Amino acid sequence: MIPVEHYIALSAALFTIGGIGFLVRRNVLSTLMSIELMLNGVNLALVAFNRAQTQNHTGQIFTFFVIAAEAAEVAVGLAIVIALFRLKRSVRTDEADLLRN
Amino acid sequence: MQVTNLIYFYVCAAIALLGALATVVARNPIRGAMGLMATILAIAGLFLGLHAHFLAAIQLIVYAGAIVVLFLFVIMLLGPSATSSRDQRGRVTRTASGALFLLVAAFGMYLVIRPGWGHAARLTSVPPEFGTIDAIGRILFTEDIGPFELSSALLIVAIIAAVAVARGRHASDEPQAHLRARKEQA
Repeated sequence: MIPVEHYIALSAALFTIGGIGFLVRRNVLSTLMSIELMLNGVNLALVAFNRAQTQNHTGQIFTFFVIAAEAAEVAVGLAIVIALFRLKRSVRTDEADLLRN
Repeated sequence: MQVTNLIYFYVCAAIALLGALATVVARNPIRGAMGLMATILAIAGLFLGLHAHFLAAIQLIVYAGAIVVLFLFVIMLLGPSATSSRDQRGRVTRTASGALFLLVAAFGMYLVIRPGWGHAARLTSVPPEFGTIDAIGRILFTEDIGPFELSSALLIVAIIAAVAVARGRHASDEPQAHLRARKEQA
């Protein structure tokens, strides 16, 4: 059996890669995909911890709801990307400065 | 058996990490979406190793089948303008923020992993119904029925919001629409 800490280390690495991508990239599509990576890392940690506590399914149920929330987030996020593109003809996050000043 | 498990884990972990790096590094968002797809497939494989069969199936259907395809649709809708430009403005700030995040994450990982590494509880054997559709469905429709119904409401609201946000007019059309309305009034 693979120890749980291996899974946790992998999930932390995925979360970190996603977080760095979220901060460093300016293409709004890459930013959204980085958020997906972070949430996937969190899902992996939840399922791995649930594997160590097999008397209940709390981690797996929580992951199920995270996936549902994520589908909603992606649908709205991509709609906002399309609206931003219509407004600015660009998908760069620093072009979205309507609320500046 | 032990060695096979280890090889399986490390292959899936390597695919997930490489896919994640490709997602973050790729200048062309189509390649990024393919990297995300690789990560998602590898994580579905890891879910199988963790006895989360239902979640592995859901991961494939919802992520690989719906979310990545939605990304690809939007990337193709936007066409060549979806590709990142080589503009270097704000590069120092962004690099610094990424490095700071990496530092904080590494420190947190060190704090969390140091006391537990190598001393984790031995994994016990798994009850036969653990992680199956039967077991998860039983919980979803009994004790977790409230959150389950709320998540369906969330999805409906998200669909309506996506249609409402994406349907808007072009910004350049807006003044002409006003003029036309004023002419019609006059």
